Amino acid sequence: MSVLLFTVIVLAGAFLAGLVGSLTGLGGGVIIIPLLTLALGVDIHYAIGASIVSVIATSSGSAAAYVKEGITNIRIGMFLEIATTISAIFGAVITVFINPSYIAVIFGLILLFSAAMMLKKKVDHSDTDTSGKIANFFKLNGSYPTEAGEKKYGVHNVIGGFVMMFFAGIISGLLGIGSGALKVVAMDNIMRIPFKVSTTTSNFMMGVTAAASAVVYLHRGQIDPGIAMPVTVGVLLGATIGSKILVKAKTDKLKVIFAVVVVFLALQMIYNGLSGKL
Amino acid sequence: MKKSRHYFADKDVQVILGTLLRVGVILSMSVVLLGGIIYLLHHGKGLVDYKIFDSSKNQYASILAIFEGIKRMDSQAVIQFGVLLLIFTPITRVVFSIFSFLIERDYMYVLIGVFVLCVILFSLSNKLVG
Repeated sequence: MSVLLFTVIVLAGAFLAGLVGSLTGLGGGVIIIPLLTLALGVDIHYAIGASIVSVIATSSGSAAAYVKEGITNIRIGMFLEIATTISAIFGAVITVFINPSYIAVIFGLILLFSAAMMLKKKVDHSDTDTSGKIANFFKLNGSYPTEAGEKKYGVHNVIGGFVMMFFAGIISGLLGIGSGALKVVAMDNIMRIPFKVSTTTSNFMMGVTAAASAVVYLHRGQIDPGIAMPVTVGVLLGATIGSKILVKAKTDKLKVIFAVVVVFLALQMIYNGLSGKL
Repeated sequence: MKKSRHYFADKDVQVILGTLLRVGVILSMSVVLLGGIIYLLHHGKGLVDYKIFDSSKNQYASILAIFEGIKRMDSQAVIQFGVLLLIFTPITRVVFSIFSFLIERDYMYVLIGVFVLCVILFSLSNKLVG
């Protein structure tokens, strides 16, 4: 395949990945990696390197928009970044020592999990109980403005959330994705942080975490300019347009359709991994 | 009273941070696009070969190599430089947060921020990839 044709196909695919990724909240990486590996026969290590760059672009690009809507708790973000940066670098270092087939299978499983999380109705578990000892010591409890005035929230099970974030970081470094679904579990379900705060804080962390592992990928030569260029430009454009139409569109139906596609991609990745084709 | 002032300060910091990030993304993407256009003009007819990952095939796998390539105006080095700018965008955000904790005299979080920064800088030092 010629460089020009390859670039055009990847650009179009990355655009779609970014668009659908932002409409469904899944992120672009989980779609661009199967596209590159399954459809274009690109080695999964190159796909991972290109994807992590697009994660930085989309998370940093949308942070500006998030500032208006939600309130980032910079302390929670910074505190949990201790876990995610160390583990993301660890994941990025070990990824080449793992058989690509296993990586494909792990990727497929994370895809299945993300699809399930996307369809599951989100429940806000937050409350105003601010008695947690660790949360108080690290000043993690906070408040955010609502129409009814300032609303306080308490942070729970800090250790559990920290451990889950460590796991999310490893997966992010290993597979080159933002692993948003795992971060949601850590922040919404385990630490019981309200949505308004968790969404933006998780986005804040995603860029920093991805930057930490991207450096490892860069030094290893996994970030190839010929792939990183169309992937990053395409995903960023798609995600930007996606966030513009997100306000108007009803995404419930789209999510179901998209979950089917994601499950199909996941099974393909697992099948190809198990049969040693990737 | 102290509480609300605290909140507004945080909000200001976040607006500045948001702008900083947007500028970082736009700037790095412009560099990537510029490099990409030159790359396609020079290598568009060439063939792609990404079937098997080979770390030795990438000429721009270090910051030093990227800067040397820029001097020769090599298109692939320009793209990598854009990627590098993009990687540094969230890192700047960490540095900025450390300063805002310093202004708030929250030394515990200055320490946590510096630690996170050190983890990233350690990975930048290229001691992790053999």
